Amino acid sequence: MVKIEVKDLKVWLGKNFVIKGINLDIPENTVTAIIGPSGCGKSTFLRCINRMNDLIPDARIEGEIIIDNNNIYNQEVNVFDLRREVGMVFQKPNPFPKSIYENIAYGLKIHGIKDKNKISEIVEKSLRDANLWDEVKDKLFESAFSLSGGQQQRLCIARAIAIKPEVILMDEPASALDPIATNSLERLIEELRKNYTIVIVTHNIQQAARVSEFTAFLYLGELVEFNRTEKIFTMPKDKRTEEYISGRFS
Amino acid sequence: MEKLRKEKIAFTVIKVISFSSVVFLLTLLGYIFYKGFKVINWQFLFDLPRNGFTEGGIFPSIIGTVYLIIGTMIFAVPIGILAGVYLAEYAKENKFTDLLRISINVLAGVPSIVFGLFGLAIFVKRMHLGVSIISGSLTLGVLVLPTIIQATIEAIKNVPDSFREASYGVGATKWQTVYHISLKTAISGIFTGIIISIGRAAGEAAPILFTAATFYTRGLPASVFDKVMALPYIIYGLITEGTFPDKQVPIAYGASVILLIIVLLFSTAGIIIRIRIRRKKLW
Repeated sequence: MVKIEVKDLKVWLGKNFVIKGINLDIPENTVTAIIGPSGCGKSTFLRCINRMNDLIPDARIEGEIIIDNNNIYNQEVNVFDLRREVGMVFQKPNPFPKSIYENIAYGLKIHGIKDKNKISEIVEKSLRDANLWDEVKDKLFESAFSLSGGQQQRLCIARAIAIKPEVILMDEPASALDPIATNSLERLIEELRKNYTIVIVTHNIQQAARVSEFTAFLYLGELVEFNRTEKIFTMPKDKRTEEYISGRFS
Repeated sequence: MEKLRKEKIAFTVIKVISFSSVVFLLTLLGYIFYKGFKVINWQFLFDLPRNGFTEGGIFPSIIGTVYLIIGTMIFAVPIGILAGVYLAEYAKENKFTDLLRISINVLAGVPSIVFGLFGLAIFVKRMHLGVSIISGSLTLGVLVLPTIIQATIEAIKNVPDSFREASYGVGATKWQTVYHISLKTAISGIFTGIIISIGRAAGEAAPILFTAATFYTRGLPASVFDKVMALPYIIYGLITEGTFPDKQVPIAYGASVILLIIVLLFSTAGIIIRIRIRRKKLW
């Protein structure tokens, strides 16, 4: 089942032509990795899927992204509802300067959930699903900044899944983490893919190989190759893909 | 060796100069407190002025100053914060908003007596509010507005964009993000600006000279349309226009001490809050 259908997507940031017409079908309840050298447009591409690029004043976007039969760039689409469906985890852990509990309750409150019991229930469930509950259950009302980097990133994942999205976008989520924290993050991604469609941007090729079922290789704003991860890594069709995954350029 | 000697001399000069500024400050405070403390007692604090301000207390002036502070904040705080939020979060960068920003900076440097004249022309005369608490509060409000706007802009700009992104990422609207994330994170910084403004509003004599203050009233003001006695103004009045200097000058010093204490209390609170924010700042 295709979850996200990208049709001829083009993005300009100011005068820079960053995404040069990408077509891609991202399957449901899988992990799809976007790899490519720095500046190839992978983060920009990711940020099209929840329309985060709308926040950049001089960004121009053409083409369609269809999620569940709706083009998210249609006029009548409510971008705030879209971002509820398509959650995001950022490169650097960015919890709010609030308590651990409030970090997760925030998303629920702004979407109109007022029942305190229900909020507490969802907070606990989200923290459990993010493999963080046991580490924080005794200090829910302490500042989120008291957590380690890896814990903060899992808190950000808990925050994203609390509002029950169907898609989770991850923009190099492990780039600020040490190997041990990266490892527990990858195990978490493994578990989450049963219930969510995950699109992860990574500059770590091994990570793409470990966590993803599908891999897209982007180069200079174009989609060079998209296939099952094992195919990409064992028999890439394009020479550039082969060179990139074997580390001959970056 | 020659180099070392030069350095030593330079350091000594710098040291002496910086110490002398502290000495000036301490001398000033010491002198005012020495002259003023002699007259301060319960009656001085809580009694009305008597016998043409040669006896009794300064209670109405303390109350008047407090009323003016409250009135000033009622006008300046909401407008200042809203203007700051607009300029920091909503205003696009263009010629018009540049002009706004420059105007605010200029306004912050305008001498306070000019604000007094402005208040007289607009609030007292044109708006027919008369010489009153409300005119004085409005004038002082305009005076401290740039400070509050600048503090708000500064505090909001210091909120990292990653917080805003996270908020948009969970589907928050612009206003929800501004209110729950930017403002709540910046609130302590804004608060510091407000406290500095309170100190300023309490201490200024010039803006209330023509708009609110009077040298003598019977009792306390009954409404916001009454004139008031205020600490900076009675100090000025007692020193320049008193007919019994030997009795009135000590009262002026006593009033100065009280005014200093009020202003110092507010600035100390501001400093403490700022230190606490800095300690809490973990991002």
